[in-house]
Formats: sequence, C-alpha cells, structure tokens
Amino acid sequence: MEVKNANAAMLSNYEVFKLLTDLKEKRKDSGKNKNSAGQQNLNTIMYETLKYLSKTPCSRQNPEIVKEFLTTMMPHKLTKAEKLQLLNQRPQTAVEIQLMVEESEERLSEEQIEELIQTVADVLPGDPEQENAAPADAEMEEAVQQS
Amino acid sequence: MFVLVEMVDTVRIPPWNFQRQLNDAIAEELNKKLANKVVYNVGLCVCLYDITKLDDSYIFPGDGASHTKVNFRYVVFHPFLDEILLGKIKYCSQEGVHVTMGFFDDILIPPESLQQPAKFDEAEQVWLWEYETDEGAHDLYMDQGEDIRFRVTDEMFVDTSPTGPAAAETPAQPGQSTAPPAEEVVEKKEAPYTLIGTICDPGLGLLSWWNS
Repeated sequence: MEVKNANAAMLSNYEVFKLLTDLKEKRKDSGKNKNSAGQQNLNTIMYETLKYLSKTPCSRQNPEIVKEFLTTMMPHKLTKAEKLQLLNQRPQTAVEIQLMVEESEERLSEEQIEELIQTVADVLPGDPEQENAAPADAEMEEAVQQS
Repeated sequence: MFVLVEMVDTVRIPPWNFQRQLNDAIAEELNKKLANKVVYNVGLCVCLYDITKLDDSYIFPGDGASHTKVNFRYVVFHPFLDEILLGKIKYCSQEGVHVTMGFFDDILIPPESLQQPAKFDEAEQVWLWEYETDEGAHDLYMDQGEDIRFRVTDEMFVDTSPTGPAAAETPAQPGQSTAPPAEEVVEKKEAPYTLIGTICDPGLGLLSWWNS
C-alpha cells in the first residue's frame, strides 16, 4: 500500500457525520448477510465515531448551512483551519474564539469577536435543549431524531 | 480533525465475490483492511471515502482471485497541530491526564501542560488545579468522565509492526528460565499513535471551569 497524499483535504465533522450515517443506512438495508463478515473493525469505528459526532453541533448542520456559514465568514479573513474549527465547535464565548483564532488579539478587535460570536450563533443551529427550545429549533430536533 | 488521504493499493478479490459489483467488493476489502487501524505517520483510518481510479484486474497463475490496482481516498482521523478538540477524561495517573474521544483513546496531557499550579492527589488518584482567587485557593478536581477541551501540541507514531525475536540475550539454560519470561510477556503494549495535548491556556480544561 502506498500513501500518495497524506493530507489531500480537510473534512468538516459534518461531512464525516453524513458519510457515516449514509454508510450505516446502506449496510442496514443490505441486511446482515454473509458479506458483512470480517467488518467488525468498520462497525466499531463507525459506531464510536457516530456516537462522538452526534453530540457535536455538526449533527444539526446541512450543506446549505455550511455554505452560508462560509460565505458570512469571508470578510473576517480567517484561515481555512480556523473556519473549520469554528464550524465544528460552534464557539459561544470570546475565550473560545481566542483559542481557535491564532493571535486573535492582534487580528481581531473586541467588536469583531462579538460579531463573530453573533454570526456563529445566528447561522449555525445550536443545541435546542440547551437553548430552551425555541419552536423552530424544537421542530428541527424532531427531524433529527426521526432520521 | 478528519482529513482525506489519497492512497493506492492492490486489492485481492477472492473468486466467491466475483458475482458482486467490483466497486462494492473492493470497498469492502479496503474497509476490512484499514478501518479502525492506524497507518504510520498518517493517522487513524475511519472509512472509505471514494474510489478515484480502477486499473485493469489480473488473475495470476495458481490463484483464482483477481488483483486490481485501486486509487482511493480514505477518511482519516489526524488532527493538525494546535487544533482544539473536545474529549472526556478517561483517568488520571502520575504521567498526566488521559483523555478519550470514544473512537480514539491515546491522548495524554502531561503534568507540565496542565493549568498551573497543578497537583496530583495520591489518595484519590486525580489531578487538581489549585486555582487562586482573592479568597484563597480553590481546588478544581479533574474527575473521570468530565468533558475537557484541549489543544493538540504533538503527535507520536510508534512502529508497532512485529519485529524479529529479541537478540538472544538470554540463552536458555535448562532448569533456570522460569520466572523471567513472564515479565517480558507483561511488557506494556505500546500505542501506535499518541496525541500529546495541553490545557495550559485560558479557555482550556474542563468545560465547567469556563461556563460560569
């Protein structure tokens, strides 16, 4: 086996979550036939990763949200890795932003940090339970549970 | 946190899988080989992303299986340096705080990277942060199972592929070798891929420290 490019692209948590959810569905459909023998490793990592990811904000995202988020992040001049972390973790406090954005004291003013927190909170859906379930959020939660 | 890795491999499909779609059979073989395994200097493999190129398949004399050279992309857990991650405390020991992410366990935060001043409570086997306020020091315990945010500072890959027998240091002498071999067997299993983290920055550490 040969590794051609050890870092072809970074994946957001949402992409991995979607891929694994689809794969799980596909394997469920095809039933527990003889083909699934010897796939314990795949099943283990799929189960554990999904368990971890379903507790992160990515379980409530979709392609439109991700796209909108990246568009609204354009004027902030952040690096790819920084935007990825904001997307994956949905920071809600200034101290978290300062962790994820390198040299944030020099690059961002206090107002800009406030603005960032606001955009992140507006664009990315939060945990409905934590935010005392606004009606729209509650619907979304149901949709997530059903899927 | 996750990256795409481009790889090339030659996949052997046994004859009893010939009735299946080649793509499906290959995807399954690749997942069988790589899922939940660490590739040296690459990271922890999660699952196949897609197949980008299939070469012609060959059947060699003496083996009914087909061999196909495949270019594919794989999803791999390999956080970049300085990435902020969330995990749970697995346990504490003299070496530091051991953190787990569920699918990945080998994360260590060494004592010098804890919030200072830190102290190890021998009785309870737990690290604590002696946080100083105006009213005196508060002991903030880092209990098992707590959510913790940390920054990745280093990664270590260890080649755990099997090696030859250790050089014949102890030529077996009859009637003498009963106790020593047992110790060698207990020799600790080394993790192929370890992440070293730090929580020595504001905002890092247990989530509950920063919520209020």
